[in-house]
Order: sequence, then structure tokens, then C-alpha cells
Amino acid sequence: MSLHTLTIAELARKLRAREFSSEELTRACLARIDAHNKPLNAFLTVTAESALAAARAADKRLAAGDAGPLTGVPIAHKDIFCTDGVRTSCGSRILENFIAPYDATVVARLKSAGTVMLGKLNMDEFAMGSSNETSYYGPVANPWDRSKVPGGSSGGSAAAVAARLLPAATGTDTGGSIRQPAALTGITGLKPTYGRVSRYGMIAFASSLDQAGVLARTAEDAALLLEAFAGFDPADSTSVDEPVPRYSTLLDAPLRGMKIGLLKEFFDKGLDEANAACVRAALDVCKRLGAELREVSLPNLPLSVPTYYVVAPAECSSNLSRFDGVRFGYRCKDPKDLIDLYKRSRGEGFGAEVKRRIMTGTYVLSAGYYDAYYLKAQKVRALINGDFRRAFQDVDVLMGPTTPTPAFAIGAKVDDPITMYLNDIYTIGANLAGLPAMSVPCGLIGGLPVGLQIIGPHFSEAKILNVGHLYQRETDWHQRIPRGYD
Amino acid sequence: MSTLTRKEVEAIAHLARLAIGEAELPVYVESLSRILAFVEQLNAAETRGVEPMAHPLESQVQRLRPDVITEVDAHVKYQKNAPQVQAGLYLVPKVIE
Repeated sequence: MSLHTLTIAELARKLRAREFSSEELTRACLARIDAHNKPLNAFLTVTAESALAAARAADKRLAAGDAGPLTGVPIAHKDIFCTDGVRTSCGSRILENFIAPYDATVVARLKSAGTVMLGKLNMDEFAMGSSNETSYYGPVANPWDRSKVPGGSSGGSAAAVAARLLPAATGTDTGGSIRQPAALTGITGLKPTYGRVSRYGMIAFASSLDQAGVLARTAEDAALLLEAFAGFDPADSTSVDEPVPRYSTLLDAPLRGMKIGLLKEFFDKGLDEANAACVRAALDVCKRLGAELREVSLPNLPLSVPTYYVVAPAECSSNLSRFDGVRFGYRCKDPKDLIDLYKRSRGEGFGAEVKRRIMTGTYVLSAGYYDAYYLKAQKVRALINGDFRRAFQDVDVLMGPTTPTPAFAIGAKVDDPITMYLNDIYTIGANLAGLPAMSVPCGLIGGLPVGLQIIGPHFSEAKILNVGHLYQRETDWHQRIPRGYD
Repeated sequence: MSTLTRKEVEAIAHLARLAIGEAELPVYVESLSRILAFVEQLNAAETRGVEPMAHPLESQVQRLRPDVITEVDAHVKYQKNAPQVQAGLYLVPKVIE
């Protein structure tokens, strides 16, 4: 049986029916990682031994009839999530030897749901990147074409799921870091509402934007995972105390009468024509399912990238001040005094893009420039938020492309930060407004996948998963497997 | 305002406590200047009377919790990640002569 092509929903059913054990499934995943990881560079750490122990424990629960829907299902975490006793590098040299002393809430909840952690996944350094090329541990390759990037920053998660090394993985999304790599690797990626999932133990990049989510093959699998780890956590001061719906039981509501807004600003001159055609075909499918389409304009949305590149670096410069070479992380050799220790530990420990963002943030927050940059950006952020709020008075969800183009070549954009930043032009808006958004595969262009983005109002995860699920029942883009990985 | 000088970049790097090599400096002068020029398009937006947005969920207020100790002392575990520790204390180069 080819276990690697099964979804979580199928795996869970078969595990409970005892068609195979979690240990067999875990060994199958570990064998695939062994066979395929090297050229992909998706896994930074493989925790084979503890995975097998967790699998055997899951098998006992399954045998005792004491299993939940995720018991025995293998997953892996983006290396931004703290995992007790396991190296957590965040893709950075500065945390090369950091063994997390506790579990992130997302990790702890998935553990107690009975999932089996296979290891930790590569990512852009501190989640700052859109191509997984800023990782200190080397770029990740896109399984559809290994000369192409998988997107970022959750590039390891995306590549591993797309290559069928495992059924799903966690990720984080600050400006598109779940949705963009999901689109570029042909999988399903969900960024929940800000505050829906605890940020505790998730290494901070930009705290008003960061949100944990999931990269999976199907909307149904994303629903199964999200309902296991979403929900209030007193350890995160911005966690929202709202009940978590059973997303996986709400996937089949008919689309009849649903109002879908086409984001006019997303169909701009930067959008690849073939990509636009794939998105339009996807919208036609929704229309066939009974949804009503109308064009919606969010006039301030084109300002989301410049807004983001003030707000996110500002928050990053503050968050990353904790890496000082004193309490944890890399320390430079022979510091001559404390300032030298700080400067060289950070200068040597951080990569070029992280330093660029820290400096951008330091500048926009510095005396004399705060009003012109940071305050201005927070005001424009309010305008963008207002645009979304008005749009959701008329429509249930918004749709458009996830990215302007399919995956680009490794190395193609590394020398030009602005061009790289513009990869996230369609994803950043949802982060600025704290909205849930999902990318589902909607086509292939020259053998490379592209995604349809579905954005909903705050706490409408059930709705966007519902739309994604019904779309995936009508199409098979999410079942396409890159050549060599079937 | 959008073009930074080498001196300004050195000052920012100092504020951010980042050692930047001589060879790297011109790269940052160029890229930071371009980023600032890029974000200046924000100036085109009319924001008079707009309240700056500090939280993505407007209705949320910062939660308060009772002022009680909830953490256990795990300094031995935490200090395993420290570059240099002695007698439960973090060591740094001499600060006071």
C-alpha cells in the first residue's frame, strides 16, 4: 500500500481500522525522508527515535480504542516552534545549538492529540524571506522542479508535504509564509485569524502579524489539524478567548447563494496571465457550485507591501534584540567588552536579510523618523483594514491569486530585496488586517503549481475551509504529485 | 530623506548592535536606501484624522491576569543554552572597571 499518498483523513480512518499501525506508517515516512530529503533539504532535524516511540504509544491507544482523530498521524514542525529537548534553530546560525527547553503550545497540543513528530523543517532565517534562500542551512528545493524555490518562509514544510514525505506540517505566516509556499508547491495552506492560534513558544518575528497555521494536502486535513491546536491560551497575551468550531464537521455546507468578491486590485499588471487564467477557472468552479461572483475594490490594498516593510521590520528589530549572546544562542570568540560581544555575536550570528530588516526597523523607529515612517504605516494599515471591513459588508469571502507567478529559479531574486518583497503582494493584506486566508492549488503552468487565495472575515476559518473543501471535491489539482515523488 | 549615507548606516548598525564588515557596508547603504525610497509611497496616502492601528483585532484589549507566580524555577534547564554560566549566573565581559 502506498501510504504516502493518503491524506490525514484517510490515514486516521485506516489507523483506527487497524489496516496498518502507526509504527508502520511512521517507518514509511522516515524511509521516504531518508530517500528524498537530501536534494530537497526540507528537514533540518529528523527525530526518528522519539517518533517511533510516539508511534508505539499511539498504537497502544489505538489498540485500546482510546484514540482521537489524529492519534498516530505523523507530522513535523517548522523549526520556528520550540520543541522540548529538540534543536530549534529558526533557520539561523545564532540558534545553531539551541535546544528548546519547552514545547510551543501548538507543539504541545498536537502532541497530546497523539500526533507523531518526525522532525523539524527548514525555513527562511527567522521567517524573513519568500524563497527559503535565507536559511543558514541552505535553500530548500521545490519538488516540482528542484532548480526552483519552494517559496518561503515555510519552504521546508511546503516542500516536504508536496513531495509526500509526510501528510502535513505546521507553518507560520507573517506576510504570506504559509500561503505563498503552499501555492508554489501545489498544496493547501491555511493562515488562521490573528489570535486564533497561540503564539507561545513560536519564535517571534513581527508580533502583530505572526500567526501559526498548517500546510497540508487538502482543506479537510487543514481543518482536522486546526481544530486540534487552535483556541485560547493564557500564555499568549493576544490569544483570543473564542470557542473553536469543529471545522472538519462544517466542510460540506453548500455554496449556493454565497457571495464571493473578486479582488480587483489583485488582477493587476504584475499578475502572470496564465496564473490569472487559472484563478478565473477556479472562480468559474465556485460559480458552478452556486456562488455569486462580484468584483470588489480595496483601493488602499496596493499600499500593503510598503506598509508591511515598515511595520514588520520595526517589530522584528525589537523582537530580535533578545539575541544578545548572553543567555542563549551564538556568542562570538574573545569579545573585548560587552558592546563588542553584542555586536559581533549578532553580526556573525544573523544572516544578511535578517540584519537588513533589523536595521530597517531600527531606522524607522529611531528618534525623528518614527512619525514619518512607523506612525504613518500604522495609519495606512488602518485604511487597509477599513477597506477589508467594508468589503465584508457585501461579500462572504474574497478571492484572488496567492502569488503573481509560479515558482522562480533559486538565485533569481536574491540580490534584489524589493523584487523579493513583491512576491508577497497578494498575501500581506490579510496579515495587516489579521484575517484568515487560505491557498488551494488551482492549476499548473509549465509544470509548476499556482494557488487560489480565499480570504475571509475574522474567525471565518470554517467558511474558507468549507469553500476550499467543496472546490477540491470538484477539482484534482490538490491530488497532483510532482514527478519522481508518486 | 530616502538616500542614506555610509555614516548613517554605521549609526543604525550601532543602535541595532550589529557589527557590519567594511565590505558589507556599501551593500546595506544601497539596499536600505532603496527600501526607504520604496516605503515612501506611503506618503501618497491621505491619513489625516486616521487612528493608527496598533492591533489587528480592534475589539481586543490587552488582557490582565492575577499577579501571582505561575512559572517554576527552571534556571538550570534554561542555562544549558547559555554560552557561559558560573554558579547560576550568566557571565559577560567585565562591565565595571
